[in-house]
Amino acid sequence: MSSDHDPIKPAAGVSEMGMSGSAGAVELAEDEIQGAEARGEILGRTQRQIAWARFKRDKVSMAALVGSIIVVLLAVIAPLLEAVGLTNTTQGNPALVPEEGSLPSGAFGGMSTSHWLGVQPGSGKDLLSLILAGMTTSLQVAVFATAIAIVLGTLFGLIAGFAGGKIDWLISRFMDLVLSFPQVLMLLSLQLVLVAIIANVMGMSEAAPWPKKLFMIIVLGFFGWPYFARIIRGQVMSLRQREFVEAARSLGAKNGRLYLKELLPHLWAPILVYTSLILPQNISAEAALGFLGVGLNPPAVSLGSILNDSVVYAPSDPAYFLFPGGTVFLMVLAFNLLGDGLRDALDPKADRQ
Amino acid sequence: MLFYIIRRLITAVAMLLIVTLTTFVMFFAGPVDPARLTCAKNCTPAVVEGNRKFMGFDKPVMVQYGDFLKGIVVGRDYPDDPEMRANAPQTVAHCDAPCLGYSVLQNKSVTDIVKDTLPITGSIALSAFVLWMIVGVLGGIIAALNRGRWIDRVIVALALIGFSLPSFFIGLILLTFVAIKWEIVPVPAYTAFTENPFLWAQGLVLPAITLACIFAASYVRLTRAYMIETMSEDYIRTAKAKGVKPWTIVRRHGLRAALTPIVTAAGLDLGGLLGGAVITEQVFNFQGLGWTAVRSIVATDLPVIVGMVLVAAAFIVLANLVVDVLYGVIDPRVRLT
Repeated sequence: MSSDHDPIKPAAGVSEMGMSGSAGAVELAEDEIQGAEARGEILGRTQRQIAWARFKRDKVSMAALVGSIIVVLLAVIAPLLEAVGLTNTTQGNPALVPEEGSLPSGAFGGMSTSHWLGVQPGSGKDLLSLILAGMTTSLQVAVFATAIAIVLGTLFGLIAGFAGGKIDWLISRFMDLVLSFPQVLMLLSLQLVLVAIIANVMGMSEAAPWPKKLFMIIVLGFFGWPYFARIIRGQVMSLRQREFVEAARSLGAKNGRLYLKELLPHLWAPILVYTSLILPQNISAEAALGFLGVGLNPPAVSLGSILNDSVVYAPSDPAYFLFPGGTVFLMVLAFNLLGDGLRDALDPKADRQ
Repeated sequence: MLFYIIRRLITAVAMLLIVTLTTFVMFFAGPVDPARLTCAKNCTPAVVEGNRKFMGFDKPVMVQYGDFLKGIVVGRDYPDDPEMRANAPQTVAHCDAPCLGYSVLQNKSVTDIVKDTLPITGSIALSAFVLWMIVGVLGGIIAALNRGRWIDRVIVALALIGFSLPSFFIGLILLTFVAIKWEIVPVPAYTAFTENPFLWAQGLVLPAITLACIFAASYVRLTRAYMIETMSEDYIRTAKAKGVKPWTIVRRHGLRAALTPIVTAAGLDLGGLLGGAVITEQVFNFQGLGWTAVRSIVATDLPVIVGMVLVAAAFIVLANLVVDVLYGVIDPRVRLT
């Protein structure tokens, strides 16, 4: 998660297709366009429609979109399922783990019709319930952390790119500084200091899940923004030379308007793409922290804490780590594919096969 | 050129000083009393106060920071008290330069802890580095040259899977199945290279694969993207038209241009990893920097944590410096900005 390289191809040229260009255009219905195409007419389409059409044509991207939606839905309904009693993360069943070392009997970690993914060794809790609850935690942390990274990245990138000069220098050096910290180690070690402060501010006990969650959100978000800010800065630097910015300025537009109304709408493409690329990084970071034993404490359930618990059972009951680990993998894969698909669809330079 | 190097060096040192200061303030001036954490379970007020004096936690943070920097350059004593050194030398722990601090809990200087653990982390990081560079760059080139064909699709798909596989997951799979269940390789354990090079290499196979997986995948993507970009340049077409052999074009013209950004990324990644491959070390129980850092956090051993953060930051800053200077050598335009 601290990988310094940018595996993501720079989304050069994405800025060319802002939304502001489409503001006056008439949005056409899908079938209308197809009808017109069939008649051999040429109809105007907004950039958004072009991108969506391109995205839809890619089967892998569509599958990733569906997969991502399912992940989010499952994470959202998991607490509801628990509330109505369809899943149960609190009550174990010792009768289901009779083998030596409290291992579940039966194949694949005690899979059965009532426990689809088997049960947790030791307690006999339903593994599917635990995984669903873990997905909720994972997404809570990852979504908010990503939001912080994107907001900070957009803000600092915009200001650095547009203001230039000393402000740009200062922000750029600040980004260098943040990137000089070993991210993983900071995530691990800062909790000794920060969780207590957060718990204090929230008026909660340090052992409660939210201070720790908030800590992970803040730290993941804080170390996640500089790369994205660099991308935005680059985009803004090329945008500020464009005529529409000059036009707005010569009409007396204030900085606030230039930032929010003129520049920001041009940046929605990279924002969208990077949101779906940073999110999976945060999902796996949260799981990694739990795995290292420094994430959320029980009774809070996270995918990482299940994995941490599963290590001792790995040789005797591999299903117990394969299912939650596989869940993390699939979640990350779905969002990565979605991000790739979005980038291809939104990047006009991308090849059109 | 010399001016450029000097300027970059100054920036790097300044960066490290700020990182040190920030880390120092965060841990030693935060809401946690560092002296309380020095004695774990057998804390009595007397022990806490004794350790506070011993470690110098009773001084203002800025003075502590100064002492710390001085310790890195010339070494220092714990407690830093010339009188005690003269009267009762057995109660004073000396920490040689570069002194990165002292762990009361482990009764050991942080520098010694780093010295013990760095070879382990270094072995994992370097072997993974070699692995991912070979697999990643070769895979990327093959995919780019066969763009759109089935082999490209297979490589791209594998890269996507590898890129999404969390390292704890692939590590656990390799450990559980390859080493424990199927016994294809022995359960990985670290042996010093000087002791037995064969066992050293054997123990590193699974950790290296675990760590290399995600990097190999992203280098495939990186190399493929850059190669496709360069191979569509005009000078490649010219070379083709001249009748240069295809492989020579790839090697002399395509790869040369594509390799620069890849080497840059590789340098930065390696620098980041030398500060500790936390998850890989944890999965295989290799007691490197990352493993030690996790243990120190569980044991709330602040001086060790601060030392580890600084070593890791130093590697990151150093890697940045090396990459920047190399870039300046390759591309004269960089020096001017």
